[in-house]
Amino acid sequence: MVGILAYGAYLPRYRLERKTVAKAMAWINPAVWGLAGGEKTVAGADEDAITLAVAAARNACRFQRDAACEALFAASTTFPYAERQNAAMIREALSLPEEAAAVDVTGSTRAGTAAILAAAAQVAGGASKRAMVVVADARRTKMGSTEELLFGDGGAALVLGSEGVLAELVGTFSMSADFPGPLRENEKRLGRSWEERWVRDEGYVSLIPKAIHGYLSREKITADLFSALIYPCPYPREHGLIATKLGFSADKVADPMAALVGDTGAPHPLLMLCHVLESASPGDHILVVGYGSGVDVLHFRVTEAAASFKPAWSFDALLARKAPLTPYEKAAAFRELVPVETGLRGEFQAETPLSVQWRYRRAILGLEGSRCRRCGTPQFPPQRICAMGECQAVDEMEPYLFSDKPARIFSYTGDNLAFCLDPPQIYGIVDFDGGGRMMLDFTDCDLESLSVNQPVELHLRRKYHDGQRGVHTYFWKAVPIVSAQA
Amino acid sequence: MATGIKDKVAIIGMGCTRFGERWTDGAEDLMVEAFVEALQDAGIEKKEIDAAWLGTCFDEVNVGKSAIPLAQALKLPSIPVTRVENFCATGTEAFRGACYAVASGACRIALALGVEKLKDTGYGGLPGFDTAMGTLNRFILPNFTAPGGFALMATRYFAKYGISPEEGKMALAKISSKSHRCGALNPKAHLRKEVSPEQVLKAPIIAWPLGLFDCCGVSDGAAAAIVTTPDVARGLGKTPVMVKALQIAATSGEEMLTTRWDGTYLKTTTEAAKRAYAEAGITRPREELSVLEVHDCFSITELVTYEDLQISERGRAIRDINEGFFELDGKIPCQSDGGLKCFGHPIGASGIRMIYEVYNQLLHRAGPRQIPDPRLGLTHNLGGIPSFSVCSVGIFGL
Repeated sequence: MVGILAYGAYLPRYRLERKTVAKAMAWINPAVWGLAGGEKTVAGADEDAITLAVAAARNACRFQRDAACEALFAASTTFPYAERQNAAMIREALSLPEEAAAVDVTGSTRAGTAAILAAAAQVAGGASKRAMVVVADARRTKMGSTEELLFGDGGAALVLGSEGVLAELVGTFSMSADFPGPLRENEKRLGRSWEERWVRDEGYVSLIPKAIHGYLSREKITADLFSALIYPCPYPREHGLIATKLGFSADKVADPMAALVGDTGAPHPLLMLCHVLESASPGDHILVVGYGSGVDVLHFRVTEAAASFKPAWSFDALLARKAPLTPYEKAAAFRELVPVETGLRGEFQAETPLSVQWRYRRAILGLEGSRCRRCGTPQFPPQRICAMGECQAVDEMEPYLFSDKPARIFSYTGDNLAFCLDPPQIYGIVDFDGGGRMMLDFTDCDLESLSVNQPVELHLRRKYHDGQRGVHTYFWKAVPIVSAQA
Repeated sequence: MATGIKDKVAIIGMGCTRFGERWTDGAEDLMVEAFVEALQDAGIEKKEIDAAWLGTCFDEVNVGKSAIPLAQALKLPSIPVTRVENFCATGTEAFRGACYAVASGACRIALALGVEKLKDTGYGGLPGFDTAMGTLNRFILPNFTAPGGFALMATRYFAKYGISPEEGKMALAKISSKSHRCGALNPKAHLRKEVSPEQVLKAPIIAWPLGLFDCCGVSDGAAAAIVTTPDVARGLGKTPVMVKALQIAATSGEEMLTTRWDGTYLKTTTEAAKRAYAEAGITRPREELSVLEVHDCFSITELVTYEDLQISERGRAIRDINEGFFELDGKIPCQSDGGLKCFGHPIGASGIRMIYEVYNQLLHRAGPRQIPDPRLGLTHNLGGIPSFSVCSVGIFGL
């Protein structure tokens, strides 16, 4: 039976209080005051759908490479590239086998559940033994729109397989519908919406119950079977209304996390599923709904194996790891919604040599270096001649992965001169457990909380965006670990 | 075993522009200014120069690539001219080329000239390093700055020796304050105001723990040296200032690629100094050297350089600082001209500007900064950042 082998969520560290948005933007749209409660997750200046997806996958894999994974389905509505496969970049970052199938799934917020359906079919059909689903979104919204308050950013990942599953996929039901709720033209950065009441009533409250009802009646089961019902709907009143309409008791309806996270788009049902799985009991039935241009319904049954799996970061730990994003203008600058003065250092960008990026893709996207077979010293970037003074072995290197190794801060600084959209630019040298050293940017940290020897995790982040030439570059950064992992 | 160039090359003329914000002068003007002084000092004619070396670093905003700008600005008569670049060791690298040409017998008289128009880059501090480190590094290195790269050494140094940030920053402040006292006495320096350690401590942070006054300035400048053999020098009736040693060490990558280096010193300075002392026949640098011009791009750099040059014991530089060892009236004055701290750091010019000060000290031409009875002077440049560096050490005497 096909099912989930591993799962992991990811939430960016920044939280934007909705009140902050309303205070800044209600002058043009006083209606946003009605949504001004709670906070939402916001991707940092060096995060986007690719980095959020990779972080979620690494959380699910406990920061280890999953070499057995034969397929990758990457879903988002906000991947940076329309042409240049995002899944291929994510596969490189996760150091999955080159032969693994890589597929981009996009076009609607239903892309996350669509990716699960595709991956499950891949496994069920025998094309792959293990398939990974990574989903993330970091949506840009117009300043002053209700979406600006509703949307949050996040990612989620599932590993699917057929042996040792912790939740088996019992059944599915899908319907597509050209419901033009939110839409975004291919050439545009910002979307638009039709009237909100229509989106709520004819979209969420109509289509979701219709699909769930369709599944239940086809399978001749009732709502009572399920211990958890997961569906996205960013409007609290309508979210409750959907359950009532289906006859689900409110205590079985999973928290849509509007107050703490917001609606994260494509990953949202998976994010909620990750949260539910952490406390699920064997035998529990879970219904997961993906919504957007139609509805996907996924029915999972939790197995005994569920208790033996934990992601590297629990959902609660991700929620607790947070930093306030203030002022409002910073959030707008992070999304490149408004031009800000970056100084000459922020303006200058030499052409990115893509042939070099290709030649060193394993080093750049995969953080793969080399280890000297003679003296055993790991080195990054990969070397031809061993850097150890007394060894100097020539061409006796083997590939060596750094992305799965813990590391520690050797030295650090907070640089106010270097350009950074989130100053100061914090960077330093880190030493890896097992050998090897790199000079890396640090992210998700405050200068004041750093110390020599502090442990760090490695995360793929945006290095820079060359908007003039349409090139996004990514590299690994060190995230200092300040609190104990849950 | 190499025999080195000790006493094989003599400096017979030097020139140095006023350093500063030379908005109205181009690099060509600065080159001419330094050259004319050097030529007059040497007392030779231009046609006697057999070859020339130009040191300049940022070609994109400067005179451009190749040595043609030097040949053209000075109207050199179709002699061999070579452009060299080795990060902040560029000036000394140009000087080394000229010296080696003379020592080899290939040239009778050679010119080295370094120039940089940093104020035309538009940057506060050095321009970005993104194109300076090669294409692969553009993808993998942080977008660091020079102060940030050196700040990393300060955090390591403080951590290794158990120095509190307050104590460490005060020691660094004293280094900058000392150099400002010297710079105030030097008409060619860019910054000529005295600055107290307290003012240094109050300055805004550039890259923690380094503040504004822990950093050298951004200036324009040029410096030139004319070298020949000791025999030719004496024949011209000059008091030749002899080159006792010239060494350069570039990192093998061990500091950055392995965990062997502890981050509190410069491996390249240490190695270059050892070889320079051997070349010059110096066994007790703390006793034998009279004056130091070290690469004080940042106060922490000067601090660890005291140790790398074997003047202070490892971990004990702060004690020497507190005892005034490196003050103008101390045992070995360091930065008697004000250093990079007061001259700024027009990269191509700095190494030769340092030699210019040692040259003037040795010839008792340093005016109010003159050191009594100088015998041996040392210059030191450091290119790159501590984990990724190229270092030069030169030693000069009569």
